Amino acid sequence: MLGQAGRWAGQALFYAVAAIVTGVFATWPTWTSFPVDRAQIKIAFAHGGARKEACRKLSAQEIAELPVRERRPSDCGRERVPLRFELRLHDEVLLARTLPPSGLSRDGPSQLYEKLAVPAGRHVVTVRLADSGRREGFDFESRFELELRPRQSLAIDFEPDRGGFFVRRGRAEP
Amino acid sequence: MRRLRTLVRAAFDRAEALLGTVFPPAWNPLLQLGALGFFFYWIVVASGIYVYVFFDTGITEAYASVEYMTREQWYLAGVMRSFHRYASDALVIVAVLHLLREFGQDRYRGVRWFSWVTGVVVLVLVFVAGITGYWLVWDRLAQYVAIVTTEWFDALGIFGEPVARNFLAPDTLDSRFFTLMAFIHIAVPLIALILLWVHLQRVTKPRIDPPRGLALGAFLSLLLLSLVHPAVSQPPADLATVPGEVGLDWFYLAAYPLLERLPAPLTWGTALFLFATALAIPWLPPLRMARPARVDLENCNGCARCFADCPYAAITMVPRSDGAPYAAEARVDPSLCVRCGICAGACPTAMPFRRAGALSPGIDLPDRSIAFLRERVEAEGARLAGPGRIMVFGCEEGVPLEDLASDRVGVVRLACAGQLPPSFVDWVLARELADGVLVTGCAENACHARFGITWTEARFARTRDPHLRKRVPSERLRTLWAGRLGRKTLEAELEAFARTLEALPPVTPPRRVPGLREAAEV
Repeated sequence: MLGQAGRWAGQALFYAVAAIVTGVFATWPTWTSFPVDRAQIKIAFAHGGARKEACRKLSAQEIAELPVRERRPSDCGRERVPLRFELRLHDEVLLARTLPPSGLSRDGPSQLYEKLAVPAGRHVVTVRLADSGRREGFDFESRFELELRPRQSLAIDFEPDRGGFFVRRGRAEP
Repeated sequence: MRRLRTLVRAAFDRAEALLGTVFPPAWNPLLQLGALGFFFYWIVVASGIYVYVFFDTGITEAYASVEYMTREQWYLAGVMRSFHRYASDALVIVAVLHLLREFGQDRYRGVRWFSWVTGVVVLVLVFVAGITGYWLVWDRLAQYVAIVTTEWFDALGIFGEPVARNFLAPDTLDSRFFTLMAFIHIAVPLIALILLWVHLQRVTKPRIDPPRGLALGAFLSLLLLSLVHPAVSQPPADLATVPGEVGLDWFYLAAYPLLERLPAPLTWGTALFLFATALAIPWLPPLRMARPARVDLENCNGCARCFADCPYAAITMVPRSDGAPYAAEARVDPSLCVRCGICAGACPTAMPFRRAGALSPGIDLPDRSIAFLRERVEAEGARLAGPGRIMVFGCEEGVPLEDLASDRVGVVRLACAGQLPPSFVDWVLARELADGVLVTGCAENACHARFGITWTEARFARTRDPHLRKRVPSERLRTLWAGRLGRKTLEAELEAFARTLEALPPVTPPRRVPGLREAAEV
């Protein structure tokens, strides 16, 4: 059996070990989530494609047959077409996606969020998007010449009002 | 599942015994996990309030304000920040250990499902609070955690636009985001506190404050850690850069490398499966319990001792329903009763001397009745011979009693040490069924039914009703709280006790007073 001094020492040892375990595993071992010699291209946007069916103008008789609260000049389907997206790196297809519309009625925007790890250095990136339902060709196309540093994260976004694809280079708000 | 429980329990038994060599029972950290959890929670709250005074919820200001605390005011705000970090880690450690210990002790099934389920939910909230706390610093680790978390949630496909788009580039991040995170970081612990209150609803006198010695040790340990190895930020977050190497807090973020590398359906499926299993585990399989305690109104005088002693709030006192001239009667809620029998041990009518009619106390376990207990004691007593005869009353959760019985040692098992009415000790000696009585059970401060040891000691010390009668010679009664690893200690104690009893003069039966029933003496 331990004496009183031994018991106090044992308690101190326990607290010391508990503190060391807590302190050490609070930050160590470190985790390398991304290779140091590569860069990242993020492509992310949410965009609604064209309606799958064109609006049809209702006749006067059809409008009259509708309940008063539901009368409208034309009938439009809710469903949107899926988007076709393609990203080429040095003219080699790196990413090709068909993006279905979101929502239970498939009437919401299509979404894309992808991260690509690429070697650091100079790259030519071409991004294309078809949002009209066409089977051939694309409605939007942009070509970017990028110089990427190791571990740089570069984001390509899409907004039709800004002309289509663009690279986000902004800084945080002050 | 049983094998897993046995393994976990054995591991805890050994760890508790090891710590028991240096800690007094009341200070043994493994026997105070719930109380330590509360202690660390309050440290987290107090240090969090202080840190929040200096915290600024802006994209660049957040990091700068935390750096100010850490570098400029390191002696107070910095220490508080370290307290906040390390007490959070300690909280999750003791919470997980508490969960595992209750699992090993099989104290999560049957009527105890409620405490288990609420505890699991609280643990999830603790993780949520801890993880959102890491976001607020807005350093490289925060960036990593924010991106991995939002990408993981985006995989559900329930958001109109990917939440991770907030972290696409420096100009996509909004200051309001930090306000939202700060709100979650404060609201979630408050919800957890409410749930902790709910968590404790099915126990009486919950231990939510550790003993001062243990609290002081834990506090000094945290203080020393905070001074020697203060919590610091990693480099500031930069959404134009990938957070390559990060120092993870493995107590909270151990799953993040998996969330990052494995397919989201797999990680979501695993997380939901584990959570659902944790919630459903009390019924996998369900505990087959004996019948709950039952009140016999003919013998219940409404004294409320069972009500006072029940560790699980299973007994309430209600107005008398049978017209008997007493104010109240005990009522058992079967959904709360754990069948420990402490109520029967507290009942003044659980009197083995009674011979008039059946021995039916005011409250009793139908499947482990006091009458059956008396039969067992009589049978064991009749078997004993020679000097130094000992009647051992042992709790089933304590020292293993297999093969202990001999011609000098009688063994009677109890659901809990607290099930033994003190009058049984008197009766054993008065009837000369044995020369001494030894009551044994769980390790001190580790009673499986919470208060069995405490109430037994208090009854024997005559500080809690029902008292042990004064005529019982103290040298003929011993208690041994040795736990499941205490078999050798019990055998040694029995040897020593037998030698002591042999040296004592023979037991003198109490003189009978003609016309006076012994039961009336108590």
